[in-house]
Amino acid sequence: MIRTIRSALCIGAASLMLGACASTGTADPDSAPAATGTPLGDDGAAPFGSTYNRYPGAPTALVGATIYDGAGGEIRGGTVLFADGEIVGIGDASLAVPDGYSRVDGSGKFVTPGIIDIHSHLGDYPSPSVQAHSDGNEATSPTTPEVWAEHSVWPQDPGFWRALANGGITALQILPGSANLMGGRSVTLKNVPSRTVQGMKFPGAPYGFKMACGENPKRVYGGRGRAPSTRMGNFAVNRQTWLDAKAYDGKKRDLGKETLKGVLDGEILVHNHCYRADEMALVMDMAKEMGYRVTAFHHAVESYKIGDLLRENDVCSAVWADWYGFKMEAYDGIPENAALIHNQGACVVIHSDSANGIQRLNQEAAKAQAAGRRLGIDIADHEVIKWITLNAAKAMGIDDQTGSLERGKMADVVLWNGDPLSVYSRPEKVWVDGALLYDANDPKRRPVSDFELGQPGEGDVK
Amino acid sequence: MIRHTLMAAIATLGFATSAATQDFAITNATLATGDGSDPIEGATIVVRNGRVADAGTGLSVPAGVPAMDGTGAWVTPGLFATVTDLGLWDVGAVSESNDSRADDSPFSAALDVSPAINPQSQHVKISRAGGITRAAVATMPSSSIFGGQGAIIDTGDDADPIVRARAFQVVALGEGGARRAGGSRVSAHALFRNALREARQYGTDSRITGTASRPPEQRSGDDLPLDLRLVDNQTQRGDDVLLSRFDAAALVPVVNGSQKLYVMVERAADIRAVLALRDEFPQLDLVLVGASEGWLVAGDIAAAGVPVIADALDDLPGSFEELGATQSNVGRMVRAGVKVALNASAMEQPRYLPQFAGNLVALSNVPGAAGLSWGQAFAAISSVPAQISGMSAGAGTLTAGAMGDIVVWDGDPLEVSSTPVKVYIDGIEQPLTNHQTRLAQRYRDLDESDLPKAYDW
Repeated sequence: MIRTIRSALCIGAASLMLGACASTGTADPDSAPAATGTPLGDDGAAPFGSTYNRYPGAPTALVGATIYDGAGGEIRGGTVLFADGEIVGIGDASLAVPDGYSRVDGSGKFVTPGIIDIHSHLGDYPSPSVQAHSDGNEATSPTTPEVWAEHSVWPQDPGFWRALANGGITALQILPGSANLMGGRSVTLKNVPSRTVQGMKFPGAPYGFKMACGENPKRVYGGRGRAPSTRMGNFAVNRQTWLDAKAYDGKKRDLGKETLKGVLDGEILVHNHCYRADEMALVMDMAKEMGYRVTAFHHAVESYKIGDLLRENDVCSAVWADWYGFKMEAYDGIPENAALIHNQGACVVIHSDSANGIQRLNQEAAKAQAAGRRLGIDIADHEVIKWITLNAAKAMGIDDQTGSLERGKMADVVLWNGDPLSVYSRPEKVWVDGALLYDANDPKRRPVSDFELGQPGEGDVK
Repeated sequence: MIRHTLMAAIATLGFATSAATQDFAITNATLATGDGSDPIEGATIVVRNGRVADAGTGLSVPAGVPAMDGTGAWVTPGLFATVTDLGLWDVGAVSESNDSRADDSPFSAALDVSPAINPQSQHVKISRAGGITRAAVATMPSSSIFGGQGAIIDTGDDADPIVRARAFQVVALGEGGARRAGGSRVSAHALFRNALREARQYGTDSRITGTASRPPEQRSGDDLPLDLRLVDNQTQRGDDVLLSRFDAAALVPVVNGSQKLYVMVERAADIRAVLALRDEFPQLDLVLVGASEGWLVAGDIAAAGVPVIADALDDLPGSFEELGATQSNVGRMVRAGVKVALNASAMEQPRYLPQFAGNLVALSNVPGAAGLSWGQAFAAISSVPAQISGMSAGAGTLTAGAMGDIVVWDGDPLEVSSTPVKVYIDGIEQPLTNHQTRLAQRYRDLDESDLPKAYDW
């Protein structure tokens, strides 16, 4: 289903996304509807469409590094070639470097696909985190399917550029907060500086839909003497909202119902904030009852208790390595969570939910791996890298385009100065669509947000 | 492999886990002494009578002292976490379980965390399993700019967590203080100055000599006397005082410099203003906490001889007082001669301390960044915070005579893949199990073919 959506979605951005869309086929931009759950605008285009254009990049050969390809492959002393925004080749030392490629010596270094954070609030809760910037929760109704996170994203959030330079983040999903049962649409971004959010929007990425179970919605609304004030209230409000959406005939436009319809039609992917195992099991049943699919549970600290159910339902768990205890529903969080989920054959994604944690997703993945090893669950390094690359891309519906170093995919690439699963390693160079956007050796290859100009530490290492 | 060697050795020796001091030695280990020096390979440590008897290379194990082969293992002093809320809460958002704040308290400086600390808290156990053997515990300023008096604890599995009560006072200046003082930094400074003047006057009038927290030379088990400042006295006070009598009494040792004052402050200008307070109150024993822009005034901080408990990896302009935040802050301050410990309250959990220290080592390989050497980074989570906390010489190190807080790791302790395999406090081996380890064991598989998981324990 996602694949079909993808080829449709590439269309609107065909002129921008030559590489990625070429592999899935392109069509006339005017002939196909955008599969966003939203009608085209009066101009015939999907509303708020991506205007992202890749920046120029030289044909580049990374030679001699250890490569984790993101899809579970590992090559020592390998070569990665990219040009015109696309991965052109990946192989061992025997892979010839064509003429015209600039060689980057990767000896002793590591290469991964660009790191992807499936759960971020950068831009909608930006730095500085002053009240005037608090744009992540439309906490005025328990269900706000009508809001779109992209309308809150401040592209000048300096957090994007810390994530690029320190975390190697090349794509990320910005979600509404979790005050509401239905928080609204997410937006997937390329981690590229832009004057507008449209200039960051990941071309062809499907929308996500943020839902939340448990304590937050019932606390926020119960505290105001309205529904939901209990977990059973959470489910009642959700189910009634789905029933109303199913009855929507589309004759009179309704922003919220358009989004819900998009979910029911499989065009919009559900990302459900949910901590407790028993609640996740109930949500999966609600989804079956109403005819939608949960793509991923986020913050799923208790997924390890139901790895079998998650595998059977093909639902990913987007988790921290070891956060726990900060709220009642996080009390049973354990560092072995990711490894135990993986061990049951279910899908693991490591997420941040933090402007700081997003700078260290590689370290979080390594911690989760080590916790598993201590429990006797050995997970190879190249598998662990998948948790922060291809698995995230899959759950965001962009794995046809990024998330692994495969021929024809976007040249979203990180060169690390050491093993990314070590605390001692940092990104040395980061390319997005083949454009070098961070270079530790070049102080000018470092984005500086408008907000930071003329401030103490402008352009400093951060 | 590493663990097996050690575990095998331990099994052979048949060490029982009992709450008693045992003499022991570990040989062939990589030793990090915590004093800022680089790790030493092939080293031996001997622990006797609850203290480090000797540590280094070329040592022989005394007769009668059981020895473990530490091949592949690392041995370090226990980590010292400052500042924390360990033992003050169970679930953060469950307010009835959380004693880390008291927004509606009528008291401020007089608050004293020591009677509230629960040594059986899961967070104490989890921190202990992460290699933390000592911690500074404080309540954060909430009803006032003053947070109250923090304690030094050990994380041992016993009924007596307090190493020293009332070891330091906490005050928030900068944005946090401004909010609690009525809305501005101006008000916070007026409130602070008034409080210290009232305390000074009250101390004189009521003849409080005011040594709230003189560090005991050695732990006697009886270093928690009644706080004499809080006994009844008949001293008359003027009509225009703002502080309650208890709060004034609690600030006497601050103003006379016998109790450390931890000042939460971030902006360079605010740091300068704090350092200048000593013009008016020369005895203040200042410690800066946070100090995101410390690098901009590192020379001033160093010249003032004021140590810093710094937010290690803050690099975002999270507020207008942190515009200059950078991960190179700690490295730059250390280069300028400032004594810097890593702030455990500036991370998700205290057990992240080694990871954050490791990240500062990583900066050494980033062009233009200021990192720390491995030894410096480890000292910033062991001996330096111990010194800042007023612990006796040698605390947080493995020098001969130091307390027997020893952690044995299955690899480089600053590496995210490493973990403690043994933790000793005062020479006593500690249990490393907790709610989390029990859950992981229960859910190692999901087999319920015979009985529900509830019977698997």
